[in-house]
Order: sequence, then C-alpha cells, then structure tokens
Amino acid sequence: MQNIIIIGATSAMAKEVAKLYAIEKANLYLIARDTPKLDTIKQDLTIRGANTVHTAPFDANQFNSHQTLIEQAFNTLGRVDVLLVAHGSLPNQELCQTDSMKAIEELNTNGVSVISILTHAATKMEQQKTGNITVITSVAGDRGRQSNYVYGAAKGMVSIFLQGLAQRLSKSGVHVLDIKPGFVDTPMTAEFDKGALWAKPEKVAQIIKKRISKKSSFSYTPAFWFVIMTIIKFVPKFIFDKVKL
Amino acid sequence: MKKITSWGKYPLIDANVNAPSTSKSLMNKKQTGIARGLGRSYGDSALSENIIISEEMNHFISFDDETGLLSCEAGVSLDNILTSFVPKGWFLSVTPGTKFVTVGGAIASDVHGKNHHVEGSFSDHVTSLTLIVNDQELKCSRDENPDLFHATCGGMGLTGIITEATFKLKPITSAYINQKVVKAKNLETALELFEQYKDVTYSVAWIDCLSTGDNLGRSLLMLGEHADKGELTTHKDGLLNMPCDMPSFLLNKYTIQAFNSAYYNKQLKAEVNNTIHYDPFFYPLDGINNWNRMYGGNGFTQYQFVIPKKAGKEGLTEILKAIAESKQGSFLSVLKVFGEGNKNNLSFPMEGYTLALDFKLNDKLFALLDRLDIIVRKYEGRLYLSKDVRMSEEMFKAGYPQWEEFQTLRKEYGADELYHSLQSKRIGL
Ligand SMILES: Cc1cc2nc3c(=O)[nH]c(=O)nc-3n(C[C@H](O)[C@H](O)[C@H](O)COP(=O)(O)OP(=O)(O)OC[C@H]3O[C@@H](n4cnc5c(N)ncnc54)[C@H](O)[C@@H]3O)c2cc1C
Ligand SMILES: NC(=O)c1ccc[n+]([C@@H]2O[C@H](COP(=O)([O-])OP(=O)(O)OC[C@H]3O[C@@H](n4cnc5c(N)ncnc54)[C@H](OP(=O)(O)O)[C@@H]3O)[C@@H](O)[C@H]2O)c1
Repeated sequence: MQNIIIIGATSAMAKEVAKLYAIEKANLYLIARDTPKLDTIKQDLTIRGANTVHTAPFDANQFNSHQTLIEQAFNTLGRVDVLLVAHGSLPNQELCQTDSMKAIEELNTNGVSVISILTHAATKMEQQKTGNITVITSVAGDRGRQSNYVYGAAKGMVSIFLQGLAQRLSKSGVHVLDIKPGFVDTPMTAEFDKGALWAKPEKVAQIIKKRISKKSSFSYTPAFWFVIMTIIKFVPKFIFDKVKL
Repeated sequence: MKKITSWGKYPLIDANVNAPSTSKSLMNKKQTGIARGLGRSYGDSALSENIIISEEMNHFISFDDETGLLSCEAGVSLDNILTSFVPKGWFLSVTPGTKFVTVGGAIASDVHGKNHHVEGSFSDHVTSLTLIVNDQELKCSRDENPDLFHATCGGMGLTGIITEATFKLKPITSAYINQKVVKAKNLETALELFEQYKDVTYSVAWIDCLSTGDNLGRSLLMLGEHADKGELTTHKDGLLNMPCDMPSFLLNKYTIQAFNSAYYNKQLKAEVNNTIHYDPFFYPLDGINNWNRMYGGNGFTQYQFVIPKKAGKEGLTEILKAIAESKQGSFLSVLKVFGEGNKNNLSFPMEGYTLALDFKLNDKLFALLDRLDIIVRKYEGRLYLSKDVRMSEEMFKAGYPQWEEFQTLRKEYGADELYHSLQSKRIGL
C-alpha cells in the first residue's frame, strides 16, 4: 500500500493524481487551503477506494507553518512513497509590473513557498532513503516571456532548485521529478479559449503517475512540449523580441 | 467571453462561462443562464449568453454497497461512474449511447437507453436530487417538492441547476454482454422481432434509411443481456481521434449508401450470438474521440422523434419513405421500441417507436425536417429536445402538452426569469 502526501490537493491536476492512487487503495494525506473543498474531495477519494484520507489546512505563504505540516504528515504516514507539490497561482502579469508587493507575493506562492516545503521534506526523505518528490512547475520557467515572466521566474527558480535536489538525493535513493506542464484545462486557465495544444488534467495525472513509477526524470507534459520548448528556447533574441508570446 | 458549441457543432456562440468548483460553492449565489454538463446534447439546449458548467463539480458523496445507491455531484460523468464502480460489480441502471455525459445532463434530458422498454429512463432510478432555484437550495424527490422533481427530470435545465443527485446502480457479475444480432429484411420483420424479443433487457435496431421498396427499413436488431461470466474489467481510453474536421463533401449520398449497404451485408448469417464487453455494446462510437468532426465544419444535427405505438408501421413507413425519397441520407439511424413514459412534464419517451437520424447540415435539410415534422405531428408524436436545434414553438407545444404546467411551475419559483437556453426561447418557454 502506498503512502502519498499531496500539497495543494484541491488543484485540478492534483485531484486527478489522487484519484489514481485512491483506486489503488493508497493512504492519502491531503494539504490545501480551501478546507470545505478539501472535505468534498476527501469523501470522493474514500468512495473511490482510498484506504485512509487525512487532511490538513495550509496557506502556502505562511512559511512558519511548513515544518510542522511536513512533520505531522510524515509522522502520520510513517513511510512516505510520494510527496507531490501542486499548488500555484497564475498572476496578472500587468499588475505585477506596477505593484512590486504583488510581484513578491506571486514569487512567494509559486517559488519561495515550494522551496520552503521542499527543504523540510528533503531532509525527511533523505533519512528514509526511499521515496519520490514530485513538483509541478511549468514550461513557463524555461524562458522568460513578456506575458508571464514573474510566474516564469518563480517556476524557473523551482526547476533549478529541483535539479540540485535531484542530484543530492540520488545518493540516498530518493527520486526527484520536475513536471513541466504546457497548457492544461483547469480552473487556473478557465478564461482561455482552448485549442489543440491543451491537455485534460486526467491525462496529465496519468503521465505524472507513470513517470513516478518508472522513476523517470523527463519533465515536459505531455511530451510534445519538449519540441515546442526546444524551439522557443533557441529562437534568437532579435526575433524573440518581435513576437507576441 | 468564450466560444462555445455543443455536439452538433452548430450554432457556435460567445458566452460567459462560470465553472463552480464544488456544489457547495453555488449555495446562496443567484445564477442566471443555463446549466451545462459535457455538451453532448446536439443542438442549443445547453447554450445561452451565461453558462454554468458543472464539469468541476465532479465528486462522489456517498455509496451504499448494500443497495447500490450512489450520491454524487451533478458534474460526475457516466464514464467516471463506470471506471469506479464496474470493478466493484455495479453498472448504470440506464445509459445513453455515449458515456461522456454528466449525471446532471442525464437527468435534465431524462435520457433513455436500450433497456427503456423494461427499465424506463434515467430519472426513474433517481431517488432524489438537489436543485438551486433562484437563491434557494431545494431537495426534490417523489415525496419532497414532487412537482419540482417531475419538472426538473427531463426539464432541460429550465428549472434551475441540479447540483447533486442520488440514484440506484444495478448489480452485475461480469463486465460483458451476451449479444445476439438478428437480420431483418424490412421494417415489418424488424417490428415483429422487437415484439418477439420484448423481454430481452437491451434491444435496438440499426436501420438502413436509404433502402426502398421491399427492403424499406431493413435492419440489424441488436439484443443483449448482462453476462454472468467474465471479469469486471472497465473500458480503456478512446484510442482513435478524429484530429480535424473531415472535408464535408466526403459524406454524400453515395458514400452513405455504400456504408449502409456494407454494414447490413457485413453480417451474412441471419443470426449471430457472441459475448462482448459493455464498451463496444453500449458505446460503439466512444472509441473515436470527436467523431462529430466526421460531418465537416458546418456541423450536423440529429432528428429523433417518437410516435405512439398505434401509429406503428404505417407512421414509420411514411417517414422512412420521405427520407429515402429525399436522398439526404443519414449515416447512423437507430430504431427502438419505448415502453411506457413517466410522469415528468417534458420527458421525451412515450410508449411507441423512436427513430434517430443524423444529418449533415445544409441548405436543403431544414425543409426536409419541416416535412417530417408534419408527419410526426399527424401521428401525435414528438421530437427529442436534447437532439433538437430547429423545432418550432408550435411543434414543441403540440408534442409536449404538459408544457403549460411546466411553465406555471417555473413562474412560481421565479425560474422563468433566470434560466433559459437558446432552445427555450425558440420554443416559447
Ligand atoms: C454519441 C451520442 C449518443 C447519444 N445517445 C443517446 C441515447 O441513446 N439516449 C439519450 O437519451 N440521449 C442520447 N444522447 C444525448 C445525451 O445523452 C444528452 O444530450 C445528455 O443530456 C448530454 O449530457 P451532458 O452532460 O453532455 O449535458 P449537456 O449537453 O451539457 O446539456 C444537456 C441539457 O441538460 C441540461 N443540464 C446539464 N447539466 C445540468 C445541471 N447540472 N442542472 C440542470 N440542467 C443541466 C442543460 O441545460 C441542457 O438542457 C447521445 C448523445 C451523443 C453525443
Ligand atoms: N493549468 C495550466 O495550464 C498549468 C500549466 C503549467 C503549470 N501549471 C501548474 O500546475 C499546478 C496545478 O495547477 P492547476 O492547473 O491544477 O490549477 P488549479 O486547479 O487552479 O490549482 C491551483 C491550486 O493552488 C492552490 N493555491 C493557490 N495559491 C495558494 C496559496 N497561497 N496557498 C495554498 N494553496 C494555494 C489553489 O488552492 P485553492 O483551491 O484554495 O484556490 C489550487 O488548489 C500549479 O502549480 C500551476 O502553476 C498549470
């Protein structure tokens, strides 16, 4: 039986990952901000087959709560097989350009808070000498673009952090996975018109679960984003500056 | 504003879309517009300038494994119910021909399946539902707010937003179906076969609408019962995808005739018996994602009518002749015998014969459908709202005599001011 911690468990993608583990009768420890929604999800996952579902409230930007949250989760579950960090917010870029407090808040939600959580969790995992840490970052962290570079900066920071963490924890048999989704049809992107590049959260969840079980270190989700991002990263600056992305 | 359309891809409109994340989050918030599930209705029933999508309200609430009673939010899809409950030995009491519909949509259209003649329609297995009307949250069942219950089941979202429902699943011991396929050389034989096999749980006929003369109405009758042997395995994801709209000239009277002929002649024996998984038996088209793109970019519609049993062979013959003469072939035509209808104000099924025909949209089509309307009216039949995109107010009111009762109730709850679709405006609700 697997033991799973999910942070930001009310996220559409995280919810779908949780369903996949619930069917396999896992023990789930769900941490999220919206507690009524968390209760609804708990009921749902129990019916789907989860062996146990624990919940705990959390605001990403209350950094001083992170250590206790992580310790409680590890203590309750004993061994942790998967820790998934999924919370995030898509900022209003224009607002971040004029309001530095807003920019900092977004950097905290999408970047600093994740690093804070991982710092506590990494120590625990290192002691366990087994397990997986998966974090949902974004293709937006690959190259700064005018439409969302504050978000991109935060996600990119986490990706770089994960590269180092993966190297460190490989010595103790812990698998670190950075998931970089492209466009996913979730409440975060409700306002966008959806085209052929969009994936459903169910699909993304299947990919995430498969990569965890295979100990893969491939980030782009779905995989075709590897091609798109390779092109975007290598477009020369003088052309890049002329496009609206 | 977002571009949005339903299964027939016509019309395509701009709408404000709101997707509440749980049923609880709708409480005490007045909504206006129309509720929408997975948009598998063909026409404009789920289209309005404001749309409340239930997709995120997709949580199970409780399940009683003694009785099979499941409570869930209205945005849960039948697909999801199957993947979660088939392995535990439970199946849907009633299912339409696609599993990609929501519980809310199945109740609002009071959908029917291949077992209507013995097990009724979807809402006949619903024990209660939660409805948001105006700023109230009301529990409705056959005992509590019964008038609202019977208006909401089959009510096409026009009484408010269904947020939760409780309904019965049926026990199964295998995910497989024992199937029998019988050839019928014409309509008369097909109707006789339906009568002969009336006790079989599932029955439907695929009918070739382009054959004429002695062959008019030649069909393949498909019958099925849940098998008792076989594993409780669920379906897999659709494997094929129709990646873009097919050029619409590829579907014409010649290709359709060839397809229909090939389909009928594919089976050489008069009768074939086999065991197949529930997925190809109930959902033959779900294997191809977005198969609606086959009809090209202009979109398509389905004309589904029911005529009372007494109109029988005569009525069906008249309609089949009109279609065959028009040469506006239908790719997929399905004939089924309905059992008795229920007490809901606007539910489609009534005891009789129902025929569903797909048509590619073009300039000549609506004139043909108007001609068919006249025949359906003559035999006191009606059209299925969930497939419709063009019926007139007159046609609707003639077919659904309980519309007045329905409208009075809507007024009583203030629902007429708040909930409407492009369809409801067209048909005078
Ligand atoms: C391939 C295919 C096969 C089909 N086969 C059958 C069949 O065999 N039998 C049959 O009966 N139908 C059949 N249908 C039609 C389909 O079952 C119905 O149109 C069903 O209502 C679609 O459900 P949905 O969740 O997609 O709802 P939508 O299409 O989004 O909405 C349909 C109607 O339900 C209302 N509605 C949706 N959710 C709610 C809610 N939460 N509260 C209140 N109102 C709501 C909408 O306002 C609208 O009027 C078929 C459709 C397809 C595409
Ligand atoms: N959707 C995409 O196209 C896309 C693409 C690339 C990457 N991503 C990333 O994927 C992850 C999952 O997002 P999603 O698409 O599933 O969207 P989502 O459903 O909107 O999930 C976002 C989650 O983050 C939580 N959250 C936001 N701010 C928080 C805070 N301060 N404290 C605690 N929780 C907070 C939200 O909680 P509430 O429920 O309380 O609001 C919500 O559960 C995110 O990290 C996102 O950046 C998404």
